Amino acid sequence: MIRFEKVSKVFRGSSGTVKALDDVSLWIPEGSIYGVIGSSGAGKSTLIRCANLLERPTAGRVVVDGRDLVQLSPADLRNARRDIGMIFQYFNLLANSTVYENIALPLKLAGEKAARIEETIAPLLELVGLEDKRDSYPSQLSGGQKQRVAIARALASQPKVLLCDEATSALDPKTTVSILNLLRDINRKLGLTILLITHEMEVVKSICDQVAILSDGQVVEHNDVESFFLNPQTDLAREFVRAAVHEKPIEDLPAGIQKEQTEGSHPVLHITFLGNSTVQPLITQAARQFNLDFSIIQADMETVHGKTMGFLTVEVVGDELNAKSAQAFLRKHDLQVEVAGYVC
Amino acid sequence: MSAESWVLIWESLLETIYMVAVSGAISALVGIPLGVLVHITRPDQILARPVLHRVLGVVVNAARSVPFIILMVAIIPLTRLLAGTSIGTTAAIVPLSIASIPFVARIAEGALNEVPGGLIEAAEAMGATPFQIITRVLLPEALPGLIHGMTLTLVTLVSYSAMAGAIGGGGLGDLGIRYGYQRFDPVIMLATVVVLVVVVQLIQSAGEKLQARCEHK
Repeated sequence: MIRFEKVSKVFRGSSGTVKALDDVSLWIPEGSIYGVIGSSGAGKSTLIRCANLLERPTAGRVVVDGRDLVQLSPADLRNARRDIGMIFQYFNLLANSTVYENIALPLKLAGEKAARIEETIAPLLELVGLEDKRDSYPSQLSGGQKQRVAIARALASQPKVLLCDEATSALDPKTTVSILNLLRDINRKLGLTILLITHEMEVVKSICDQVAILSDGQVVEHNDVESFFLNPQTDLAREFVRAAVHEKPIEDLPAGIQKEQTEGSHPVLHITFLGNSTVQPLITQAARQFNLDFSIIQADMETVHGKTMGFLTVEVVGDELNAKSAQAFLRKHDLQVEVAGYVC
Repeated sequence: MSAESWVLIWESLLETIYMVAVSGAISALVGIPLGVLVHITRPDQILARPVLHRVLGVVVNAARSVPFIILMVAIIPLTRLLAGTSIGTTAAIVPLSIASIPFVARIAEGALNEVPGGLIEAAEAMGATPFQIITRVLLPEALPGLIHGMTLTLVTLVSYSAMAGAIGGGGLGDLGIRYGYQRFDPVIMLATVVVLVVVVQLIQSAGEKLQARCEHK
């Protein structure tokens, strides 16, 4: 639905040039919720703003619903933008207009008649659960309600794509969950393709189907969310996953875990697995079969993309070769096993 | 105070209202679009034209730096061209308008600068044309500030219109000077001051009420 092809964006300022996006290629499939995550300054905002050309790429193509936006005339671009809804971190509602007038704005811009506008807005108010706030002004609403208005406004022109620019970053955790559920609902009910950027893994974990990590303007890794959590390929991805599952980095654990293996040290393993029923017997079995002791340093269960995932850090005490065999055994049974360090 | 004096004050009041209302309307009709133009040509705005922006800024500032009484005399040929005469109440409207247009333009620009950039972006993302951004986003969001600015302008015009007597413009200020100062009639002087105070109060409180009604921040 959205394709970024070798997109680069260079900002020229008085203090030199900044390459915000560096040869980014991504494909966002129709009907999916695609999350782009990264630290601040990684280029996320620039990327999402390229998806409707609020930011014009210095090089590359941005194809939305089959149209290369970069090639369009200003008038055609305005038309194309009507098929691309967008919501923002700080909502960007008209302060002096009511909820109804705010939602009506894109329709008025498109020259719709009042009756048609009324017809469109009533179900939207219901969808976002704000029927009773129709004539309120944004200042009378909570942050979550404001974002609901913004979502209704973005949906008013019946777009095929919704861009979410840090849409939950200004909201408290409870409100974040309700907004994410709403986005998930819309995605399912309307088949809307959603591209979102965020620095919160919580968002990726709960609603995204696919995820990409951006760092210094480059995509360092992209995958479906399950594989991403189970088996992150890069250090940065691992870091994000660890933070998301409340797993402490080994440096922060007590017991003096080192990176290097020394004489007589035992390996510490990160074990990641999908589902929770099979793991206990597997570990018990490995312990018995290879004559090892597993002691759990930390453990966490998380729901990722609607599925339960477990994240274990264990110390393996016993013969070194047997410990290696146990790892192979666990891997054979589809557990992700990674040596995190060694402890004496 | 004699009935005759009351008639004088009443007629002068009407002249003041006429001058202030017409020049106020002209200054809004020309000054607000000019303010919009100054705003949208800013380097970071929707029709960025840095050179035009700077030129307009210089022109607006230059016009604002001429003292009104000098401006009034200096533009007499223009006044004659536009009003057909350089003397009288209607003639006074020309310098009053010209003095208040740049004032309104600056105030409008200031009010428009207060509109958050995110709103403009949201409108652009919806496919709004630059004209739609001005009419559907910038002006409605800046409306309370514009009303505040027009209130200020009208109050300033009341005080400027007192100087219109210099070109035979009439009005309350002129009456106060002719009767109060030149004929030593303190009663008329005082009465005109009281009426002026009331007029300014009315403009101010009407402006504030209107502003409060449009403001929902």
